[in-house]
Amino acid sequence: MRRGPALGSELLQPIDDDGGTKFKASGAWTADNARELDVIARDLMGARSFEIDATDIKAFDTFGARTLYRLLRSSTMSSCDVSLHGLPQHYGDLFNRVSKAADNPHAAAEASWSLNSVVSVLGQNVLRMEVGLLDFLAMVGEIGNAAVRVSLNPRSFRLTSAVNQLDRVGWQAVPIILLITFLIGCIIAQQGFFHFRKFGADEYVVDMVGILILREIGVLIVAIMVAGRSGSAYTAELGSMKMREEIDALRTMGLDPVEILVLPRVVALIIALPMLDFLGSMAALYGSGLTAWFYGHMSPEIFIARLKDAISITHFKVGIIKAPFMALAIGAVACAEGFAVKGSAESLGRQTTSSVVKSIFLVIVLDGLFAIFFASIGM
Amino acid sequence: MGQSIDPVIRVRDLVVGFDDFIVLDHISLDLLRGEILGLVGGSGSGKSVLLRTIIGLLQKKEGSIEVLGSDIDHMSYEERRAIERRCGVLFQHGALFSSLTVLENVQFPMREYLGISQGFMDDVALAKLDMVGLNARDAEKYPSELSGGMTKRAALARALALDPEIVFLDEPTSGLDPISASDFDALIRTLQQTLGLTVFMVTHDLASLANVCDRIAALVNGRVVASGTLEAMKVSADPWVRTYFGERKGRPVLSRSARQRE
Repeated sequence: MRRGPALGSELLQPIDDDGGTKFKASGAWTADNARELDVIARDLMGARSFEIDATDIKAFDTFGARTLYRLLRSSTMSSCDVSLHGLPQHYGDLFNRVSKAADNPHAAAEASWSLNSVVSVLGQNVLRMEVGLLDFLAMVGEIGNAAVRVSLNPRSFRLTSAVNQLDRVGWQAVPIILLITFLIGCIIAQQGFFHFRKFGADEYVVDMVGILILREIGVLIVAIMVAGRSGSAYTAELGSMKMREEIDALRTMGLDPVEILVLPRVVALIIALPMLDFLGSMAALYGSGLTAWFYGHMSPEIFIARLKDAISITHFKVGIIKAPFMALAIGAVACAEGFAVKGSAESLGRQTTSSVVKSIFLVIVLDGLFAIFFASIGM
Repeated sequence: MGQSIDPVIRVRDLVVGFDDFIVLDHISLDLLRGEILGLVGGSGSGKSVLLRTIIGLLQKKEGSIEVLGSDIDHMSYEERRAIERRCGVLFQHGALFSSLTVLENVQFPMREYLGISQGFMDDVALAKLDMVGLNARDAEKYPSELSGGMTKRAALARALALDPEIVFLDEPTSGLDPISASDFDALIRTLQQTLGLTVFMVTHDLASLANVCDRIAALVNGRVVASGTLEAMKVSADPWVRTYFGERKGRPVLSRSARQRE
């Protein structure tokens, strides 16, 4: 036999001295005392046979009723005998209704952590990745499809929407892109001077900076910025439209959401990204020129002369050719993720995160593929 | 109904508005213990504003609101929390937390306020879901997987999670078909009787008003123009109220009772 702390509780007190086979329930059996009720139930359940006199219960709600019911139910499960009498009449309805509720069938839902579930979670994740890839490819296909349809009938292109998007992803992004690329240019040049100076190769900093920025860094930084800034916005916009059934509404009107919502956004990105790349590269070169002047003690005339020798139009082309493809990848991932949003706020957040992560990953993969391609054609 | 006279909510000379626009103009209203009060009014007449002001989501400009005997203006943070604990709110669109299952939604207030064991919470929450007519399988679903009627039921279970004394229902039957709506009405009636609730209900549904409400208050142009039983409303002096409750065609619930009157 156990004697729990509950026996001293005001809610349930023993009224005889022989170890407590009779209890008197009193006071408020309500949510306010839920913690105490919980302790009482856990201490007494299935422990022994006893009687409860409920005449003195002053207040009673679902929590109290369910506690009484738990005590009574425990008697049927163990071989103890628990009985209740004197429950005030006006609480009877509530007690009966609460007792009718099913007996804790929740246990079945408890997840067990077994090897099986680990494998199943792994499998689900692989499957989800595959579905994500398929969604992306389907989106690229649908964008292509919509582009062909629109090019056959150019008047159906949503010019206003595209210009509006261009303003948001292009024009409004200019200040932050200029700032970031300028700083990156400064940092690369500073590091170049710092390390190259040790073996007297100061002049080659200009070659490094020029080639690196025009071919790789400019477009990469800009694409990553755009993925974080505009890709996430696309996913969130389309996702909340999906949640509020706006996309379904478009479909029922016989309009293609890809043509109306996705195409203008992707076109805007494809136009904006090369422009931003150009501006970003110039800002980065400007930054490295300033660093060369003030940190590397190389006059601007010499810097520009070296730059002319070091870089050719080919380097510039290599950078700028990549930009539209990266824009397409970012746009398609962002829109596919937006359409994949389900009903909950959590899903919107998850899809937006996944949109940014996936598009940055794709940008870097694309960059690698282009590097191989350009190397093999000797550009 | 064994109603005592003490009002659990007493609204006096309440003025609510946004900038220069007055929505509620010197409103006085009592909600008596143990009754179901139905608040009606045209769209934009300020029903929801009144409800949101009473539960403290909107600021008032003038007047006083007493909930369970204490003025909401002169309350410390703890008192306010204690009062809010004794009120449950069913929002028009359910407002279930979309990242939690139905069961977790119902347990959410318990977890915050009561500090009881998971087992007890599961037990009570499932009993509550059973009372509103949802089973253990529905309890594991997420709000986005529920139908309109189930969402309302789940939201009602969450509103009742802490066994409140007052329940506010904002258009509980809107968006439900007439059969589900009358089921829901019956559910509210049963729960009100079993749990001894006081219910403040904003509604447009004439059937709910006729079947569930003990008393009706009508809000027109920011004022309470009539209050009383359904019969009293039909002979009200206000033309809008008369039109609402009687003089229209194609309202079987009311036209039948209107015929009986003649």
